[in-house]
Amino acid sequence: MTNISTPTGRQASIERTRRVRDGLRRRHLHEALFKGFGLAAIIAALGFVAILFTDVLIKGIPAFTQANLHLEATFDPAIIDVGPAPVRTAGQSDADFRAASLGWQRDVALLNWNKVVEASLRAAAPAGFEIDSRQILTVAETNARHVLREMFVNDPSLLGQTIKVDLLASANADNWVKGNIDRELGDAQQQLSAPARALIDIFEENGTISMGFAWSIFTNVDSRAAPASAGLAGAFMGSLFMMVIVILLAVPIGVASAIYLEEFAPKSRLTDLIEVNINNLAAVPSIVFGLLGAAVFINYFKLPLSAPLAGGLVLTLMTLPTIIIATRGALQGVSPALRQAALGMGASKTQMVFHHVLPVTFPSILTATIIGVAQALGETAPLLLIGMNAFVASIPATPLDQATALPVQIYLWQANENRNFFEARTSAAILVLLGFMILLNAIAILLRTRLERRA
Amino acid sequence: MKTALFASAAVIALAAFGTTAAFAQSRDTIQIAGSSTVLPFASIVAEEFGATFPEFKTPVVGSGGTGGGLKQFCSGVGESTIDIANASRAMKAGEREACVAAGVTDIREIQFGFDGIVFASAATGPDFALTPVQVFKAIAAKVPVDGELVDNPYVNWSDIDASLPAQPIQLAIPGSNHGTREVFQEKVVTAGAEEAGLPEGLSDEDKLAVETTFRQDVVVEIAGDYTETLARLTSNPNTVGVFGLSFYDQNKDTLKVATVDGVVPSLETVAAGEYPVSRPLFFYVKGQHIGTIPGLEEYVQFFLSDSISGNGGTLEAAGLIPQPSEKTAEVLAAFEAGAQ
Repeated sequence: MTNISTPTGRQASIERTRRVRDGLRRRHLHEALFKGFGLAAIIAALGFVAILFTDVLIKGIPAFTQANLHLEATFDPAIIDVGPAPVRTAGQSDADFRAASLGWQRDVALLNWNKVVEASLRAAAPAGFEIDSRQILTVAETNARHVLREMFVNDPSLLGQTIKVDLLASANADNWVKGNIDRELGDAQQQLSAPARALIDIFEENGTISMGFAWSIFTNVDSRAAPASAGLAGAFMGSLFMMVIVILLAVPIGVASAIYLEEFAPKSRLTDLIEVNINNLAAVPSIVFGLLGAAVFINYFKLPLSAPLAGGLVLTLMTLPTIIIATRGALQGVSPALRQAALGMGASKTQMVFHHVLPVTFPSILTATIIGVAQALGETAPLLLIGMNAFVASIPATPLDQATALPVQIYLWQANENRNFFEARTSAAILVLLGFMILLNAIAILLRTRLERRA
Repeated sequence: MKTALFASAAVIALAAFGTTAAFAQSRDTIQIAGSSTVLPFASIVAEEFGATFPEFKTPVVGSGGTGGGLKQFCSGVGESTIDIANASRAMKAGEREACVAAGVTDIREIQFGFDGIVFASAATGPDFALTPVQVFKAIAAKVPVDGELVDNPYVNWSDIDASLPAQPIQLAIPGSNHGTREVFQEKVVTAGAEEAGLPEGLSDEDKLAVETTFRQDVVVEIAGDYTETLARLTSNPNTVGVFGLSFYDQNKDTLKVATVDGVVPSLETVAAGEYPVSRPLFFYVKGQHIGTIPGLEEYVQFFLSDSISGNGGTLEAAGLIPQPSEKTAEVLAAFEAGAQ
């Protein structure tokens, strides 16, 4: 044993202090380095996210405004040359009336409504402005004639009247007004003819064309014939149906399996095997679930192609492992004291689980569910394999109707050949999807904090 | 908690019931899939069809390429199979056999117009005036030089022909899942190879190998759609890409089109048969579904009507090259006559 007071002892003590100080410096350095790396990683990650978001925002925000035409349309009887709308006569059967009314609607549809559109555009153009029919029609979106026709079908008394209508300007006109196309390019490189471009400039000056909020993005379905009217309503409903199916199926099945595996199942080779497989399933690429869905739901169970029901079932399979794993984790985190206390008071195992353990885990299960659903909401690959990447121009009314989903719509729009217009629409769709995700996550956090406070 | 459990059980039961109910419900929407070249045209017709016929639902149009669409089409008869396959080439004998083997015996071919295939480069770059033989020399792995097959020695376009720009050879061509690829192969590369004069005494197999083996270093095969090809051009402005004429029409501000054999591709030159690289466009209708799926027959008639696919029709504005009205009348008559 060395004595500190002896010279050798003092030397040893100095040596030890030096070693400790060196060690301390090294440890501090390591800590500083680690902190530095961590900070750099976060800054880099945030930087990339910031770049991505700025890019999407810059590209997407202009798509939320759109060029509108304010015109006066005349329902000229010379063009709209049809008989009066059938009126239901006494004693007429439902089927007969329907047939008569459909026949009349088809007659109306076969009229040349473009003439009405053209006349209203010409009425707004300065007198003597020279432009041919085909060129002037490129100013308004091609759905203008359907809009006018529907107004007439809904109210046949419009015949002969002149009313104010708001129509969408065509996608090319929108591009021109927004300056998405270089104005200096020659005629050969422009989508619109020179007179049409000049007319748009005049319209912009005299207020016939004005920019307005693009409600069509939210209220309309996808459109190729009339790009300016393309919207997300169909895709949104498709996504909504799928999410509801995922929540209704994945949550009860996932939570029940987790509870059984964690609380009731005997610990054996078999349950170990199941656990390993569930963990593996969580890591399986989503496209594999798509293949499975196509083989099982479409080919075997003959579910309709492109239906949110099939999509929802595939996404349920994909979300199940996430929910099971998270729920099991939450159950494992519950203190054994709680279980023992419950059992000690004479509760049965089921009572212990449902009355005492499960309520404590609600916040975590909820978080896991929302994360799982959000993941399912953003999933594209499996949907491509069950035909949900189709062009669907109607809003699905039930989960059995054909539909697309928001992320698939993004995929479809980015591939649209009218790139000048759809580049912005694609980014706008991304913003809508992100908004939806943020909303979901906000709900999750809100619910979790409320439940945690109560627990 | 118990009520929640019961509720979930009920929901599962309900979902299961809903699933079985699906079998009974009959499909009332026409389902279409296939060629991405035909997709824009078919989508427009589908929309117009839905708007014109209030009693029918708007058909649903999927993509997947000509090959993928025909595969789906030939998977059988019934509501979970598609009714119409869009194709940018005619159905092959092998595909027809597969169809018949799966029970799809009533296949009705509808040819509705033409599409041109164009070479385009970045609008900022130099002009290209190509011939099939030049493209063959640029793209093939082995080319004939002085009667011998050698590894492709050309680096710049100007090495092939002094009239071409001194720009490195880079090509983006459609992948083999696209019908466009076959037309490109047949009308450009194979035609070019013949013109270039392959050495005598090559077996047919060797000839085919020369015609279909491309240089991996300068040729990119695009499996996706034309937007992907366009992205290639944006990232590497030296690339010459292969596009459909209708796609080029919509993106004239960023693309510059090359002439082939001195002809500028346009609606007029393709329709007149002057521009060499064009192909007919088709869709195939499953005859067995007529009568089961409402509106199928009307869709075909509507598609072939003058105001849609005829001269000055809706599809011409979208870039389709209309076929002579006699041909359309013939196709429609054959369709209405029934199984061929």
